[in-house]
Amino acid sequence: MVNKRKTIALIGNQNCGKTTLFNQLTGSNQHVGNFPGVTVEQKKGSVLKHNDFEVVDLPGIYSLSPYTLEEIVTRDFLIQEKPDLVINIIDATNLERNLYLTLQLLDLQFPMVIALNMMDEVRGSGHFIDVQQFSSMLNVPIYPISALKNEGIDEMLKGIEEVLEKVGEVPWLDYCSGEVHKAVHAIRHLIEPKAEKKGIPVRFASSKLVEGDPLMEQALELDETELDLLERIIKVAETNLNLDREAAMVEMRYQFIDHLSQQVQRKFGESKEQIRSQKFDQLLTHRYFGIPIFFLFMLGVFWFTFGPVGSFFSDAFVGVIETATAWVDSQLGILGVNAILHSLVIDGIFAGVGSVLGFLPIIIILFFLLSLLEDTGYMARVAFMMDQMMRRIGLSGRSVVPMLMGFGCSVPAIMATRTLPGERDRKMTILLTPFLSCSAKVPIYAVFTAAFFSTHRTLVMFSLYLGGVAMAVLSGWILKSTVMKGNPVPFVLELPSYRLPNAKSVGLNLYDKAKDFLTRAFTVIFIGTIVIWFLQSFDYKFNWVTNSEYSLMAEIGKKIAPLFAPLGFADWRAATALLAGITAKEAVVSTLSILTNVGDASQVASVLPSLFTPLSAYSFLVFTLLYMPCVAAFAATRREWGNWRGSLAVVSYQTGVAWIMAFLVFQIGSFFA
Amino acid sequence: MTLAEIEIGQQVLIHQVRGQGALRRRLLEMGLTPNTSVCVRKVAPMGDPIELRIRGYSLTLRKEDADLIDVCEVCGNSEPMRGHGWRHQHRHGGKFGE
Repeated sequence: MVNKRKTIALIGNQNCGKTTLFNQLTGSNQHVGNFPGVTVEQKKGSVLKHNDFEVVDLPGIYSLSPYTLEEIVTRDFLIQEKPDLVINIIDATNLERNLYLTLQLLDLQFPMVIALNMMDEVRGSGHFIDVQQFSSMLNVPIYPISALKNEGIDEMLKGIEEVLEKVGEVPWLDYCSGEVHKAVHAIRHLIEPKAEKKGIPVRFASSKLVEGDPLMEQALELDETELDLLERIIKVAETNLNLDREAAMVEMRYQFIDHLSQQVQRKFGESKEQIRSQKFDQLLTHRYFGIPIFFLFMLGVFWFTFGPVGSFFSDAFVGVIETATAWVDSQLGILGVNAILHSLVIDGIFAGVGSVLGFLPIIIILFFLLSLLEDTGYMARVAFMMDQMMRRIGLSGRSVVPMLMGFGCSVPAIMATRTLPGERDRKMTILLTPFLSCSAKVPIYAVFTAAFFSTHRTLVMFSLYLGGVAMAVLSGWILKSTVMKGNPVPFVLELPSYRLPNAKSVGLNLYDKAKDFLTRAFTVIFIGTIVIWFLQSFDYKFNWVTNSEYSLMAEIGKKIAPLFAPLGFADWRAATALLAGITAKEAVVSTLSILTNVGDASQVASVLPSLFTPLSAYSFLVFTLLYMPCVAAFAATRREWGNWRGSLAVVSYQTGVAWIMAFLVFQIGSFFA
Repeated sequence: MTLAEIEIGQQVLIHQVRGQGALRRRLLEMGLTPNTSVCVRKVAPMGDPIELRIRGYSLTLRKEDADLIDVCEVCGNSEPMRGHGWRHQHRHGGKFGE
């Protein structure tokens, strides 16, 4: 074989085992990126033992229509990049709906193989699929596999080699019939020269034009006469069928699919897995018990992540970092390294990156539990149960889990939005999640409530959490009727059968998230902490400061302090603490302790009354609750949002909201006081 | 009668999908085409959305969207369109992949 790398596109519906197959094919030889210009994730990797094959994992989609971003990027990828081969993975327990996408892929006339996944379940339930007949009816090689059990994949790779060696035109499956058939063929003749010139598969273009696909009309640059002719051809078909163009095309594809599945498939009732799933759902989506069970699960997730288990790993990890820091610190001392460099390494790099690295165990544990919930199919049920509530703020049930995770830590919560379909839903969830009070803010609340509200601590804490939720709801409500007006993704969601997750897939997912987080920790966060260290260590003449009161940070704090006067706390130390809070929210308390010279953070409560009144303290807490999240969360936002401008707008919005709400609290409070 | 109105467990046939744009297209593409048998299996705890069983899999959609889908117990004569059926054309020596 010629030593040229072949690009293989992996494409299939959601829940058909596509990611599992991708992981089996590539192992850890994969890297994650984005499709150019959009926030849709693109994974690539070379196939194990087949380094000449590069697989691109395309988004899980049900059709190649031009409605969702995922569908559009997939189409563009196929038409522009022209992969050498397409693997269409289909769920054998759910042939009919999976074949709908297959038929559209066949229109593209790429070399193709079909991976018939979950054949073990079909056999296990005593059902039957005649693979040979199936293959000859579609004129495409079909390989029964089980991605979960890693069965049949080697055979498929052999088959792929054979297909790739064949040259020449890909046979064309003419599955269309009747009036639609006539229309497709007439349009084919009309557009053939233009489609060939543009390099768009003509058969695919014709079908899409029958469907009335605006993107295809633009791509072909049809002129008036052609558009007019096109319109007439379709009108004839519509009149004769008494159906509109979209329905006619879909219906015709399904008729072929019905015919095909009658020929190749023998089913006797539902499969074992489907029957088992129904039994699980009797409890898990139960009318009265479903939601309480979900909250129990979430409570379990939180307990595990932020409770004893999570803290054990976190503490152990932080212990390692601290030991390393202490060692480097002493070595630098012994070597007599310049004091400023010494401080940069210890107070800047180790302290900054170290504090962020401390999140790593939490992120791994949280994503481990979430991928269990996701891969078993439970997450779809959560979306089903919670949709009614989320709809009011312009989101769908699918956003519930990322948002709930925001109570733990905004970083993994924002990272988790990547699995949401629809850019609008994704962005709105990213924007709203930081309003939900993360666990790093608890120490701030603890110190302030101890100092000012010792008799009503719980009530004050509760009011803050509730305030965060209320702000998220209010923002969602405002956004959906202003800047995020766009159409939400239709909530038409498959509830897949419950399945055991695949260890390799879960492992790779964790590896992915950890790598993603660490890359950011050593880029954006690294730079961020050095900048903050610099601001804290030097004065405006770039002299090394010993008294933190004269640092650049404190100078900036003093400059911006008047901005907070209407909120009740014009003291520069409060402003500086808020600035420091951008590194990590815990830093708010530690900075206050440094600036008030109490030395120990636990003593801060005693000096706070000299800076705040109870009312301004509450206003400060409200501001802390809502203003821009820490640099780690900002880095995650930047990553998932896809550009600097948007992500800066997000944090400006959050900070603006914080200012307004704290202002209202203080002013209205003063009025009554 | 629409899909939002039928009782849990009742098996019906889809007559047509109304509405327009992305939603209608998505509903059709998920297999909710005329003459397909469908049954409502469950209602979510808060009363909306609903869970359907169609073409051998489970699908959930909101009641307001289900309201766009006209159904009938036995669609009988009201079959919207036949005659361009696949079988008619290819029964006589029709070959795949000409």
